[in-house]
Amino acid sequence: MSLDRLNWGGRLVCFGGIVWREALRFAKQRERFLAALVRPLVWLFIFAAGFRSVLGVSIVEPYETYVLYEVYVAPGLCAMIQLFNGMQSSLSMVYDRETGAMRTLLVSPYPRWFLLTSKLMAGVAVSIAQVYAFLLIAWFWEIQPPLLGYLAVLPALIVSGMMLGAMGLFLSSAIRQLENFAGVMNFVIFPMFFASSALYPLWRMEESSLLLYEICRLNPFTYSVELIRYALYLQVNWTALAVVVGVTILFLCAAIYAYDPSKGLIGRKGKR
Amino acid sequence: MSDASPPALSIAGVSHAFGSVKALDDVSLDVAPGRFVALLGVNGAGKSTLFSLITRLYDNVSGRIEVSGHDVRRAAGPALAQMGVVFQSRSLDMNLTIRQNLRYHGALHGIGRREARGRGDAALERVNLLDRAEAKVATLSGGQVRRAEIARALLHEPKLLLLDEATVGLDVQSRRDVVSAVRSLATGQGVGVLWATHLFDEIEPEDAVVVLHKGRVLAKGAAADIAGGGRLSDAFVSLTGTSPVEEVA
Repeated sequence: MSLDRLNWGGRLVCFGGIVWREALRFAKQRERFLAALVRPLVWLFIFAAGFRSVLGVSIVEPYETYVLYEVYVAPGLCAMIQLFNGMQSSLSMVYDRETGAMRTLLVSPYPRWFLLTSKLMAGVAVSIAQVYAFLLIAWFWEIQPPLLGYLAVLPALIVSGMMLGAMGLFLSSAIRQLENFAGVMNFVIFPMFFASSALYPLWRMEESSLLLYEICRLNPFTYSVELIRYALYLQVNWTALAVVVGVTILFLCAAIYAYDPSKGLIGRKGKR
Repeated sequence: MSDASPPALSIAGVSHAFGSVKALDDVSLDVAPGRFVALLGVNGAGKSTLFSLITRLYDNVSGRIEVSGHDVRRAAGPALAQMGVVFQSRSLDMNLTIRQNLRYHGALHGIGRREARGRGDAALERVNLLDRAEAKVATLSGGQVRRAEIARALLHEPKLLLLDEATVGLDVQSRRDVVSAVRSLATGQGVGVLWATHLFDEIEPEDAVVVLHKGRVLAKGAAADIAGGGRLSDAFVSLTGTSPVEEVA
């Protein structure tokens, strides 16, 4: 191979290839797309409809009036799509590692941080497509944020997707086998989702349990949800943005460290 | 490097341990451009560990590994750019076609779509698979998958080709096809080949052989010289004290 390709032009081609493969895989797995869409819709159509009558949501930022529970819960469901997607792409990385496909990626001559970040961004692109499909259906269910909100939410979805994907990426480096992953799904996805502001506003949590309230406040997923919620209504929640960006950097660095052959955990996995 | 063309692979004094278990102990070997070198050892001899070090899956903390004159630690990018690898486990995406797999691999080496297609077709031609280019990998036979992986490893025109037990699980005819495809590459394209195996019948008398056992190099030289007029398998047994039949099974 000509060493000239090791420049940024070559990297761009590499990034394009990684995104292309992710998109192709996604397109071939229609049931994955369907599952990703059905999950939040079930919450919206059934769970939220049921809760609507029991749970009144008073005026909370960024909403200017009382909102229906469905409206409140929609941004949380967008974040849920990204949470599942982030964990699912890390699941596919564990699978890739077991089958050897991961090695194909890692013997690319480009730096590992670049390869891993590209892989992460490819996953985020897929999750964003899923979120927009969900928002489109939700629009017919009278969840109609301002039109510009659909544009404003894009950067929020990118950073939020990066954070959840980086967490998944780090998990994938720490997990040795697929079997261990099921446990992680239970111990990561569900607690993160339930102990957040996705389903109930935090003030309601505070009323029922101070401890739970504090847990929700420490949960980075809460900030993902709030970032998306505010962006959909054309506002910026700066605290959420700072937390999401900070946690993304933290987990991305941890994952790159873990995949670095001289420092990380991969080398130690040879231990028997 | 003072030589105009450095060895495709040069390994000097490499050791590696997993905890207290020493997997490689002071391993040194060279692969010249255009040479087919067999790395012979039973399962667990340290062949895969050595491959993981060359491909930077693990880091070599002792000794030096150079690919075409590039140190894999200090210049990982240029070293990996000159290397094509066929792993022991199959690593093509089964749901994609051969051509799609090759395109992805090309991109990972900075080769754009159109160029990857031209190079991919040429590489498939070399391993007699061009007519199956649009076939899904899942529909191919074991031997075809291996040859597709070899074509993939050649796409970026590496100076060194590493194959880790590339014929495992193949029938006799497929094994023969794969070995002969790789041999003709070494001679025809000037690619240095390191062929890890535990199968004696894949080695010709004139091949360079490195015998690896329990992480140490026990012998290096032409297969005929190591065999000393007898059979290579007998020489191997007396060198290592193991029965290859038992270990192989």
